Amino acid sequence: MDVSTGHPLAPVLELTGIHKHFSGIPVLRDVQLNLYPGEIHALMGQNGAGKSTLIKVLTGVLEASGGQMRLAGQAVWPDSPLAAQRLGISTVYQEVNLCPNLSVAENIFAGRYPRCGIAQGFRIDWATLHQRARDLVARIGLSIDVTRLLSDYPVAVQQLVAIARALSIEAKVLILDEPTSSLDDDEVQKLFEVLRRLRGEGLAIVFVTHFLNQVYAVSDRITVLRNGAWVGEWAVGDLGPQALIAAMLGRELAAQCTEPPVIPVFDDAAPALLEAQGLGQSGQLQPIDLKVRAGEVVGLAGLLGSGRTELARLLFGLQAPDKGVLRIDGRTVTFSNPMDAIRAGLALCPEERKTDGIVAELSVRENIALALQARMGMGRFLSRAEQTAIAERYVKLLGIKTSSVDTPIALLSGGNQQKAILARWMAIEPRLLILDEPTRGIDVAAKQEIMEQILCLAEAGMAVVFISSEMSEVVRVAHRIVVLRDRRKVGELPAGSSEEAVYELIAAENA
Amino acid sequence: MTPSPTATLANPAEAAARNDKPLLEHIKHNFREYGMLITLVAIMGFFQYMTDGTLMQPLNLTNLLLQNSYIVIMALGMLLVIVAGHIDLSVGSVCGFIGALAAVLMVEYHWHFLPASLVCLLCGGIIGGLQGWFVAFSRIPSFIVTLAGMLVFKGLALALLAGQSVGPFPAEFQLLSSGFIPDLFSVEGLKLTSLLLGVAVAVALAVAGVRARANRVRHGVQAEPLAFFVARTAVFAALLVYFAYLLASYKGLPNVLVVMALLIVLFDFVTSRTTIGRRIYAMGGNEKAAKLSGIKTERLSFYAFINMGVLAALAGLVFAARLNTATPKAGLGFELDVIAACFIGGASASGGVGKVMGAVIGAFVMGVMNNGMSILGIGIDYQQVIKGVVLLAAVLVDVYNKNKA
Repeated sequence: MDVSTGHPLAPVLELTGIHKHFSGIPVLRDVQLNLYPGEIHALMGQNGAGKSTLIKVLTGVLEASGGQMRLAGQAVWPDSPLAAQRLGISTVYQEVNLCPNLSVAENIFAGRYPRCGIAQGFRIDWATLHQRARDLVARIGLSIDVTRLLSDYPVAVQQLVAIARALSIEAKVLILDEPTSSLDDDEVQKLFEVLRRLRGEGLAIVFVTHFLNQVYAVSDRITVLRNGAWVGEWAVGDLGPQALIAAMLGRELAAQCTEPPVIPVFDDAAPALLEAQGLGQSGQLQPIDLKVRAGEVVGLAGLLGSGRTELARLLFGLQAPDKGVLRIDGRTVTFSNPMDAIRAGLALCPEERKTDGIVAELSVRENIALALQARMGMGRFLSRAEQTAIAERYVKLLGIKTSSVDTPIALLSGGNQQKAILARWMAIEPRLLILDEPTRGIDVAAKQEIMEQILCLAEAGMAVVFISSEMSEVVRVAHRIVVLRDRRKVGELPAGSSEEAVYELIAAENA
Repeated sequence: MTPSPTATLANPAEAAARNDKPLLEHIKHNFREYGMLITLVAIMGFFQYMTDGTLMQPLNLTNLLLQNSYIVIMALGMLLVIVAGHIDLSVGSVCGFIGALAAVLMVEYHWHFLPASLVCLLCGGIIGGLQGWFVAFSRIPSFIVTLAGMLVFKGLALALLAGQSVGPFPAEFQLLSSGFIPDLFSVEGLKLTSLLLGVAVAVALAVAGVRARANRVRHGVQAEPLAFFVARTAVFAALLVYFAYLLASYKGLPNVLVVMALLIVLFDFVTSRTTIGRRIYAMGGNEKAAKLSGIKTERLSFYAFINMGVLAALAGLVFAARLNTATPKAGLGFELDVIAACFIGGASASGGVGKVMGAVIGAFVMGVMNNGMSILGIGIDYQQVIKGVVLLAAVLVDVYNKNKA
């Protein structure tokens, strides 16, 4: 019995009084974390709360400026990822951090190949390597050929391979930094089964996520950080979702967020701005009908891989449909590239912010002006003063937190980057804005602001297609919800439908 | 890239379906691997026909090997550098500089060829290490570091030779390039030792292949279909013996071929079997992941450049010995042939992908084209155009296949 905490076991890992600053700016102040064997511990906080920094300290990527770390009662300081692994602290990072060009087995043991032969064994013992990889993969309930290339398998499997890799070092502590952000529901369930099994084996698991429902689905205890400081630690039963949001945001903000925005009544008689009839591409999307009117927010709801992104790509001319027709203002159009679509008044805010959205090295100003500049063509320049004016207008309008418009966008937090990307497309004043997962991986407050902004745009007469896998968001902003499953449309729901109604529609024909 | 049908949980029905046409499936899956070899054979066939059989005459075949040995040697090092995610533009200049150094030591200072060669190899290692230091630890892109190196060593070679050609080399040193392995038996018109050595290598490779396959089968790993394996091994062995026969009917196996073969075997082993080799692939595939796995990526880059330097030095010695003189122009443009060989052989410019045998085949594709076009009397002008087009076409086919897969 640990007297101080009332937990029946001694903690396997204790962090106390952790401080960290980057060039004088504190990012962690007096943070603590207690991990017990056989628990799943959710680490929560908004973007910029210091979760990633804490994890980097824990795994030896960054050195803490102060504080103490005890592993099974012994003071330790891992000074490199390798040292942390040797101590039994293993990490699965946010982006799948594996080598797609190597086999599954090699990925699992990269850096620690079993060896044989003379001179401390510089040869790789392939038989042992493959056997051990097979055992590990079986342990997490996967059945794949470990000798094949990692890139042969889908992302979800790669994520599980990353976990197998983390387990291969006989970890006592397993850290998962947003492991579910690229998985669909089924895959998340499979991952959770694996986590529960590992918890049963006595592993201490740290689980970082932005999805509140997942916290309640799988974790035992919660530690919350806010602005680099420790807010508290709770057993999951003692902290309801409302209280958790309050802890993450601070009191006042939380009250705002839980209040659903009012959806304006929509005039149903208005003619369609964009109309797709039987639009599809073999292998990508079954023929689909879609109507979007000016001033309307149409939500595309569906799980990952349901065809949402594919539809957005077809509408925006990133892929050529081989079936059906697309009409803008009643006139049939064919887009052979995004430029055609932009000229017709469309804009697409892509799904992957890091790879398809921001140009990390450029300033906020240049990122915002990018699409406007592109639409104006090579010949005409947007003067620096004009760019600054536009950028500053949107920085103010959207509340983008940046020290100046000339700051490189990479230095902004995820939520602010996303707002800047939104500004990029607002700047060209499109008639139809397609937003593919605009709220992924950003904090609750920023999500709220982005959704409010979407409603404002619609009120001003813009048509918006809003794609999200968070049904709660879709039902809050959309005037009409188009539900997709398995690359086809399964139905439409009116504004004000409940989340459950959407889930039912998705699940309906599954039975 | 589309997810493979064998993903996630095993599906017996799917697995059975996949085994329906194992031969076709296998060839399709491994097209990239065999594609290059088939291309090389096709190119050889083409020139053999166009030159009325001159290409494969023992004398010409021997020349072809001698002409390409230094490219192959450097391609081995370049492959590692490219797989690690870097590039080395300085190899041609280093090659020339080391040739010049060898000439100065042996001809002007009358050093014995053995210590002189060792000093040259050491010097190559130091040059590689210096460049590798800037790339790995100072984080300057390799393109820039080695571009600088290219200028520096071209200039130093010129300075060392004072703009003159220096030669000739001692006779023992020349044997490195112009010598042949000694013949122990006296058979009229045939170097029996060379032929037997060729047969021995063919048999050894076949046995190794059979054992590797048996191992895969025992561990239940998907192996190539038996008929295909037997056919491939037989054809490969027959080709080896045939080439050995051709060479044996002239002067036997050149010394440099033996050196080259040993290096190829060594590097194939290192890249596919050893921890350091696989770590270079891991680093090239995803440097961040490799680093987080505890791999010391800086040190690996550093080693890759040292290795490149040593091999460039060896190539410089081979080239100098072959010309029997060191000229300020030696090594000019070699880096282009070497890099082209790696890319023709399937290496990826973004790192992480590429095989030793691919680079060797790539080097010979370039070599056979050089040789064949020269025999046909095509001018150096159009030779370059054709080589450029072939490089582009090879990479285009590779990229197309990769996107389709």
